[in-house]
Amino acid sequence: MTAGTVDERVADTGRLRRMLIRPELGAVVGAIVVFAFFASQSATFRSVDGVANWLDPASTLGIMAVAVALLMIGGEFNLSAGVLTGTTGLILVTLATRFGWNVWAAMLAGLAVALLVGFLNGLIVVRTRLPSFIVTLGTFLMLQGINLGVTKALTGTVQVSGLRRADGFESARAVLADSVTIGGTGFRVAILWWIAVTVLATWVLMRTRAGNWIFAVGGDDRAARAVGVPAERTKILLFMTTAGAAWLVGSILALRFTSVQANAGLGQEFIYIIAAVIGGCLLTGGYGSAVGAAIGAVIFGMADKGIVFAGWDADWFKFFLGAMLLLATLANRLVRRYAEEVRH
Amino acid sequence: MSARPPLIETRGVGKAFGGVIALRDVSLTVEAGRVTCVLGDNGAGKSTLIKILSGVHPPDEGEYLVDGEPVRFAGPREALDRGIATVFQDLAMIPLMSVWRNFFLGSEPTRGSGPLRRFDRAAARRIAREELRAMGIDIRDVDQPVGTLSGGERQSVAIARAVHFGARALILDEPTSALGVKQAGVVLRYVARARDRGLGVVFITHNPHHAYPVGDRFLLLNRGRSLGEHAKAEITKEELTTLMAGGAELEELAHELARDDDNGSTL
Repeated sequence: MTAGTVDERVADTGRLRRMLIRPELGAVVGAIVVFAFFASQSATFRSVDGVANWLDPASTLGIMAVAVALLMIGGEFNLSAGVLTGTTGLILVTLATRFGWNVWAAMLAGLAVALLVGFLNGLIVVRTRLPSFIVTLGTFLMLQGINLGVTKALTGTVQVSGLRRADGFESARAVLADSVTIGGTGFRVAILWWIAVTVLATWVLMRTRAGNWIFAVGGDDRAARAVGVPAERTKILLFMTTAGAAWLVGSILALRFTSVQANAGLGQEFIYIIAAVIGGCLLTGGYGSAVGAAIGAVIFGMADKGIVFAGWDADWFKFFLGAMLLLATLANRLVRRYAEEVRH
Repeated sequence: MSARPPLIETRGVGKAFGGVIALRDVSLTVEAGRVTCVLGDNGAGKSTLIKILSGVHPPDEGEYLVDGEPVRFAGPREALDRGIATVFQDLAMIPLMSVWRNFFLGSEPTRGSGPLRRFDRAAARRIAREELRAMGIDIRDVDQPVGTLSGGERQSVAIARAVHFGARALILDEPTSALGVKQAGVVLRYVARARDRGLGVVFITHNPHHAYPVGDRFLLLNRGRSLGEHAKAEITKEELTTLMAGGAELEELAHELARDDDNGSTL
C-alpha cells in the first residue's frame, strides 16, 4: 500500500459518490423537472412576474420547512408548528387591536409565547421519551382549541382584524411583509427572510459544533450521549427553532393580511414535513439538508401557482403533491443506497 | 516490570446487583505498552468488570488503583479524564455521519469566536486522516459515512479516536466477537499497534485464539470469580482454552458430541 494508490481511489469513487450522496440532489432534480414542465405549459409561469408570484408561497412555506428539516434531522417531528403560526398571528393582532399594544411589542409577546411552546414541546419529549409525533399532536390540538376558544371569547367571531390602524404597523410591515421592486416586478420581502433563514440554517448545520450534534442526536441519540453530546439541550433548542420560525411566518402573514383567522395554519404542519422530505430528510432522522427543504418549498410554490397558470382545476394540486412526495422519497432512497452500499 | 506502579490495578474488587453477586475478588494489572486479556464465557462477569474499570459502576469491595493511587470514579467522564477510554461493542458511532464528523463528535475543534465560532472542518478532516494513518488504518476517504465501513474498520476508527483523545489505557469490549476471521485479524493488528504506541490495553474476549497472540497477561473469569491471572510465559494456548471452557466440561461435551454423531449416522 502506498499513498499514491490510496489517493487514486479517493479520486475515482469519492467525488462522484460525494456528489450523489448530497441529500438535496433529489429535490434539485425534481425542481428542474417541475419548472420545465410548467414553463412549457404557461408563458406567464416562466416570466419574471410569474417567478415572483410562485416564490411568494414558497417563501413562507420555506422558512417553516427549513426549521422543520433541522428538527427532523435531529430525529423529531413537530406537528404543532402549523397551528403555532396561527397562534402567534392571533396574539399579534389581538394585542395590537384589542389592547392597544404597539405592533413591535405585540410581536415580541408572540415570540415569547412561541418560544415557550417550543421549549415545553422539547422538554416533554426529552424528559418523557415519548414519541414527538404524539407529544406535538397533543400540543397541536390544544393550540387549535385555544386559538378558536380565545378568539371567539374576545371577538364573538372566528377572526381578529384591523391591524392596519395599530401603532408601529407601517414599520413592521416594511420589514416583514412589504415588497421590493426589482426591474419593475414586486418581490415579497419574505423571500429575503426565507433565503436568510436557509443560509443561517445551512451554516449552523454544516459548519458548527451544534450542526454536528443535530446530525448525531437524530442518527443515534444514545451513541451521541455516550460521547458527551448535550442531546437534551440540542433537541429542546430545535423545538424552539421551529417555534421561532412559526412566529416569523405568523407575523409575516398577519402583517400582510392585517387579520388572522382562528384556524390559520391548520393543516400546514404536514406540508412542512413533506417539503422537508422532498428535500432529502429521512423520516427516521440523522440525514437531510436545509437547502433541500428550501428547494422542496420551491417545488411546492411552483406546483401551487403553476397549476393555476396552466389553467387547470386547482383540485389537482393535492394529487400532484402526493405523487411528488412518493417519487422524491423513492429517488432519495435509491440514491442513498447507491452512495452507502457497504464496501469491504 | 519496574518500580513504576501499573497503569491500572484492581485488588480484590467485587460487585453485587441486589442479591446477585456479579463479580467477586478479582485482581488484575494493566501496564503501559502491555495487553491484558480478560477471558470468560457469557455470564462470567466480564461486562461488570469493564463497567468498574470504565467508571460506570464503582466496586462494592476491593480497591481500584490508577498509577498506584486508589480512585473512585463517579462516572465514565472521570475515568476518561484520567486517560482510561473504553470502546464499547456498539462503539458510539453514528452510521450516517462521515468518518471525520464521528471522529470528533462531542469534542469538535473550533476556530473563530463569538457567533462566528465554527467547527474547524479542515483541521478535523486532516487530523482524522493523520491519526488513522498513524494507526495504519487504510480508510479510503474520511468523508464516507461510518455506515459504509466494515465492522473491523469501525472498531479501528473507534480505537484511533480514543488514542487521539489522550487515552493511556484502552478498554476494548469484545472488539472481535461479531467479526469474521479476516476482520478480527485487522482489529488485532490495531490492538498491537495501540500497545506499541505505549498504551495499556484491556482486551475482553471469549475467544482464546484471539487473545493469545496479542496478550501479555491473561485473566480468566468464571461465574464472577477469577480463575487466576497468568503471564504469557506461564501458560500455553491449549491450557488457556481448556481453562476457559472448564476442562472437565469440555471432555464431557466431547463425549456427548461423539455419541450424538453415532446416532446421527442412521439418519
